[in-house]
Amino acid sequence: MTMKVREPLISELSAPGRRGVRFPESDVPASPMPKELLRADLPLPEVSEVDVVRHYTRLSHFNHAVDIDFYPLGSCTMKYNPKINEALSRLPGFANLHPLQPAETVQGALRLMYELQEALQEITGFAACSLQPAAGAHGELTGVHMIWAYHYDRGDTHRNKILVPDSAHGTNPASSAMSGFRVVEIPSDARGNIDLAALKAECDDTVAGLMLTNPNTLGLFEEHLLEVIETVHAAGGLVYGDGANLNALLGIAKPGELGFDVMHLNLHKTFATPHGGGGPGSGPVVCAPHLADFLPGPVVVVKEEATDDLPPFFGLETPAKSIGRVRSFHGHFGVMVKAFAYILMLGAGGLRQVAEDAVLNANYLRARLQETYHIPYNRICMHEFVAEGRWKDAPDIHALDIAKRLMDFGFHPPTNYFPLIVHEALMIEPTETESKETLDAFTEAMLQIAEEARANPEVLHSAPHATPFGRVDEVKAAKELVLTWE
Amino acid sequence: MFSPLTQADRKAMLEAIGVARVSDLFAAVPEAYRYPALRLPPPLTEMEVAEELQALSEDNETARDLVSFLGAGAYNHYIPAAVDAILSRGEYYTAYTPYQPEISQGTLQALFEYQSMVCALTGMEVANASHYDGATAVAEAAVMAYHVFRGKRPKVVLSPSLHPHYRETTRTYTQGSPIVFAGDDLPPAAPPEALLDEVDDQTALVMVQYPDFFGRVYDFTALAEEVHARGALFGVAVNPLALGLLKPPGEMGADIVTGEGQPLGIPLSFGGPYLGLFATRKKYVRKMAGRLVGQTVDSRGQRAFVLTLSAREQHIRRERATSNICSNQGLMTLAVAVYLSLLGKEGLRQVAELNYQKAHYAARKLAALPGYELVFPETPFFNEFALRCPGPADEIAAHLLEHDVIAGFPLGEAYGEAFRDVLLVAVTEMNPREEIDLLAEMLGEVH
Repeated sequence: MTMKVREPLISELSAPGRRGVRFPESDVPASPMPKELLRADLPLPEVSEVDVVRHYTRLSHFNHAVDIDFYPLGSCTMKYNPKINEALSRLPGFANLHPLQPAETVQGALRLMYELQEALQEITGFAACSLQPAAGAHGELTGVHMIWAYHYDRGDTHRNKILVPDSAHGTNPASSAMSGFRVVEIPSDARGNIDLAALKAECDDTVAGLMLTNPNTLGLFEEHLLEVIETVHAAGGLVYGDGANLNALLGIAKPGELGFDVMHLNLHKTFATPHGGGGPGSGPVVCAPHLADFLPGPVVVVKEEATDDLPPFFGLETPAKSIGRVRSFHGHFGVMVKAFAYILMLGAGGLRQVAEDAVLNANYLRARLQETYHIPYNRICMHEFVAEGRWKDAPDIHALDIAKRLMDFGFHPPTNYFPLIVHEALMIEPTETESKETLDAFTEAMLQIAEEARANPEVLHSAPHATPFGRVDEVKAAKELVLTWE
Repeated sequence: MFSPLTQADRKAMLEAIGVARVSDLFAAVPEAYRYPALRLPPPLTEMEVAEELQALSEDNETARDLVSFLGAGAYNHYIPAAVDAILSRGEYYTAYTPYQPEISQGTLQALFEYQSMVCALTGMEVANASHYDGATAVAEAAVMAYHVFRGKRPKVVLSPSLHPHYRETTRTYTQGSPIVFAGDDLPPAAPPEALLDEVDDQTALVMVQYPDFFGRVYDFTALAEEVHARGALFGVAVNPLALGLLKPPGEMGADIVTGEGQPLGIPLSFGGPYLGLFATRKKYVRKMAGRLVGQTVDSRGQRAFVLTLSAREQHIRRERATSNICSNQGLMTLAVAVYLSLLGKEGLRQVAELNYQKAHYAARKLAALPGYELVFPETPFFNEFALRCPGPADEIAAHLLEHDVIAGFPLGEAYGEAFRDVLLVAVTEMNPREEIDLLAEMLGEVH
């Protein structure tokens, strides 16, 4: 079969002898090279700078992005990423800092990290913070290790299970299993809350903790939250908060005050740092006082208090009973700069406005779509809601068809087939950075698709049509496993 | 402030929802905890925040303001302008993970090219689309090797000259798992063959570093053969820039190659975001963690790319996944793809040679100073070397800092009393001869 090629591979643009960048000649006397250790060949492309720039620019045109249009991807909080943050993270005084420089040369960076730790603690109602984890799942792994360390430190060594609701993100059970815990799934009840009776039945003296996303992945605030937390605590367990959905709660409630013990935050969701096509994220962990000693190190502390003449002196310190490092150096500093700038620009009032508008936008979409799309747990939602992508009178249509057809309207599809407790799930999170006009245009597209599902289902099955690429053959990819250009 | 809703919009939307006030949307939040006070500084405008962070950034003295020979896992290299020009495109940096291939071919093809170039560089068959950094990549190698043997070989042998952060991170990661560690209590100066004393029928993986933490370069071919003879896997953590010059681990028999991708076009940025490289043999691809892009076709017969073998991953397999990793270092893989494309076959070799030449010039000069010597004078090295000083290295480094020179990384804290006087010195293409001469002059004046 002949294949049309929209854009060659960079290797296909290669021509012997072509160079993209040149470096200065050596300015030191030559030393002999260890011939037996040298490689014979280096099979990299040979291309010019203009080849590289055009290639990756043309490729970029095949991407959907927040900068292009609406991205209502549930649980991912694809909000707008302010441009000033990009500029600030690239300031030479930040970008050229080596992580192992002596503390006296990096006081500005340490101060920024310290103040970010303080701000995140204040926003979430916790007592301590480590900025080291690199992403949300990494923060989860950190938090679960801390839970293990806490129990172990108390001589409570028989607690071997972590409870995870059936609506949880896949990272929750995966992180628990990596930490050596047995994962016990707790079902949801008819209103989309955690099933209290099932929870109580599992809350014995072997429970180490519960991992809870609140609002949950249905976009609902857990209606019995305080009782859930109390139940786990009464059994001697700790409650881990998955911060993926924190956008709904900024300035609305503090998870630390609600009784959570430890939580990760996603700076790349809630605090407007970009997702980068799959990272880098940043997953700081915040916790209550009884877990502070177990945080991964180092964290930033004030080593010498400010005096009349001098600012405080900041330094790095490893907490007393730290679980240890979870990565090299201090975390994604470049991402921290962006989140810190975002918090400074919003302040307390702005953060609350974020949550209010995010929740308002989600409920508006819910209200506009609920006549056309079945919403199984249909009540006031938080920042997102889950609809079903199926109708009895359009039996061949699946959530996937709706998702792909939405691309023809210029929209990224909602998260689909998650959470697992809703059939043909379409999980819609508009975020606060979308206008009413955008939400209305999205609604119109969704309503038109619902009509097409009955009148012209083929247009959905064969979608997308208006994108540079049609449906991609995933089965062929998995069967043939062509993973490099070799 | 980044929300475009007007008061009129909000009013109309509340009506459509059927509630009177925005606060009615939060009735499910327990009342006693609703609307807490947030004690944060008053909000700043963009102009003000730009000023404030500019000032904070100027409270630092960077590796480029100072004369710096600091390495130890993160290196000051030149990054061609085209790298950031591509990374600054909103089409890339404001995109999500490419789960929807029809509108993500830009990211997917770039990832495929990244995977291909990592394989070319390391001499391996498959590479994933990233871990968080060099440390977590080693941790994932340990976990993968454990699963390759289905838990029957719980022991992982770590070289003492593997970066201390990598060893510590790997231990943290595997707390609560049956994996046990050995090897890194050997003297750091022990030759790589000394690790074989620890390799038995319980061993899943032997993990070394290339160049190692002290900068040394060994040909591991014989070691890899012996490790294989004992049934274990052999893993190598690399500085990928060194592979512009040096024999790739794939040619030495490595089963897993990890690495810190920072030297390939990623700014120092006080320690992150960086990039964890991970490559292995095709036969282990289903045991590997992380995202993976494969080539396929679309419904119109065009070559296209898609995330594949996702049944390994947490969003499908949950507690039975190969790892919990989800978000990774997507944009950093793009930086590496662009960097390696720009430098290419000749450019990468040239930069690697510059590093080699300058470091060797520096080593010769410093070792000739009275009271100084190379700790490993007989062992080849790349761009970093261990220098024994006439006194405690941290004191000497502190003294040079007063003259705006970061002489290197003192090894006493990481390796104890025997290394109290040892300084790890890194030299890159960013250090002109004058800086090296200045370092020699200042060290010469110390004792």
